[in-house]
Amino acid sequence: MNLRHLLTQFRPLFEAMRDLTPIIVVIIFFQEFVLKQPIPNMEQMLTGMVMVLLGLALFVRGLEIGLFPLGESMAHAFAKKGNVFWLLLFAFLLGFGTTVAEPALIAVVGKAAEIAAQGGVIDATEAAMDSYANSLRLTVALSVGTAIVLGVLRILKGWPLHFCIIGGYFIVVIMTYFAPNEIIGIAYDSGGVTTSTITVPLVTALGVGLASSIRGRNPMLDGFGLIAFASLLPMIFVMLFGILTA
Amino acid sequence: MSHIELFLETMQSTLRDVIPIALVLIGFQLVVLRQRIAHAWRVLRGFIYVLLGLALFLMGLEEAIFPLGEVMAAQLTNPAFLYGEGVAAIASVQWQAYAWVYAFAFAIGLATTLAEPSLIAVGMKAQQVSGGAISAWGLRLAVSLGVAIGVSLGCFRIVTGTDLWLYIVVAYVVVIVQTMWAPKMIIPLAYDSGGVTTSTVTVPLLAALGLGLAATIPGRSPLIDGFGLIAFASVFPIMSVMGYAQISRWLENRRQRGSSMEAGLDD
Repeated sequence: MNLRHLLTQFRPLFEAMRDLTPIIVVIIFFQEFVLKQPIPNMEQMLTGMVMVLLGLALFVRGLEIGLFPLGESMAHAFAKKGNVFWLLLFAFLLGFGTTVAEPALIAVVGKAAEIAAQGGVIDATEAAMDSYANSLRLTVALSVGTAIVLGVLRILKGWPLHFCIIGGYFIVVIMTYFAPNEIIGIAYDSGGVTTSTITVPLVTALGVGLASSIRGRNPMLDGFGLIAFASLLPMIFVMLFGILTA
Repeated sequence: MSHIELFLETMQSTLRDVIPIALVLIGFQLVVLRQRIAHAWRVLRGFIYVLLGLALFLMGLEEAIFPLGEVMAAQLTNPAFLYGEGVAAIASVQWQAYAWVYAFAFAIGLATTLAEPSLIAVGMKAQQVSGGAISAWGLRLAVSLGVAIGVSLGCFRIVTGTDLWLYIVVAYVVVIVQTMWAPKMIIPLAYDSGGVTTSTVTVPLLAALGLGLAATIPGRSPLIDGFGLIAFASVFPIMSVMGYAQISRWLENRRQRGSSMEAGLDD
């Protein structure tokens, strides 16, 4: 029994090992057989791998006992309280707050400002680029906040997801036609970078929790989909931003 | 930089990312919901695990994977490697010369997505909610395959210089057609998996690859053509997850038909 207990304690570690093996195999294969070079700093690589392994195992354990139960219990509490305004405000702040400080987003808007300066959309001065980057970052954060609000409204109303998302894609395609060329790549990529590692578990738990505590909603059909909104709306908002600033 | 310094720095940037979320959660808990959280200490411990885990994870990646991966991406896209020794600049682009680049994009897309923490989270939830009908590992494999195919196609696009717009529109049309036929239950999950694939592990390596390609090929601008790989990595998983559900339903139907025929023979 002790052994079994020990094994369940270490299960996240074994799974983390399984998850990381492919990366190691790919790197070793390309380094040894394609580029035909030795692996530099073997020791540094090994310590790094151990850290990644421990980190992943801790993260998964933390999800199980922390983020998932919290997201779900808050969703249940909101459903019981029945106040739509507070729920929507919460949804907006969750989306906005998690995006505005996201490091990947900060990197992308910095690049975007460079492109805009090169393309002559804005002046090539530090101040102009900073203000462009900041307003783009705010635009994306606003779009993610709006996206979570829309996604939560969808769960409450039971709208079918595919109509919302496919409709959204139509808007994206039409806007691509009108948007300036420099902004298109950034707009498409911004949809992918907004959803950070801590937001995703929380938002997923919120959606599934809401769908399972509202009568007539199915957690599989209605609970998922919040992240889809959060990757769609930034594209629309960023292209709109591009059209308006051009 | 010493390990401890690096750890503190990574911890700090993770914290900066988390503080707004924590404020929103605590604020609503105290002001609006005014309800005790069950097992509050356990939840807090979980939060600390997530923070520590992410910081360790990112630090390990910085240490072990990113530097080497970026050097590899640069070497693989180097004209001297692709077109043979002594070639420093490319006269005319031959897309066939880039086979190893596509292969690397495929392999690294697959491998990094399998280790993506947010996808692990969604997989866990999907398995739990579906009562095991969807396996976490199967879902993650399907998503990773989608990213792999998408990213290698994205590299092909940068090499040939075709319009990003064209690819994305065709991909959306395929998604719409699949949505009409795929099992209803999988659709929200499939749409979600487009957004979770690209965060911590995948983006830096893809960015290095895209920039390397765009910088060495004449007529491409790293600033404009380097973007777009992430878009590929977000659309293709939608297709592959729906495809995974369609294939498993088809296999299930065939198996059932097979066993009912056997049952018929037994009669």
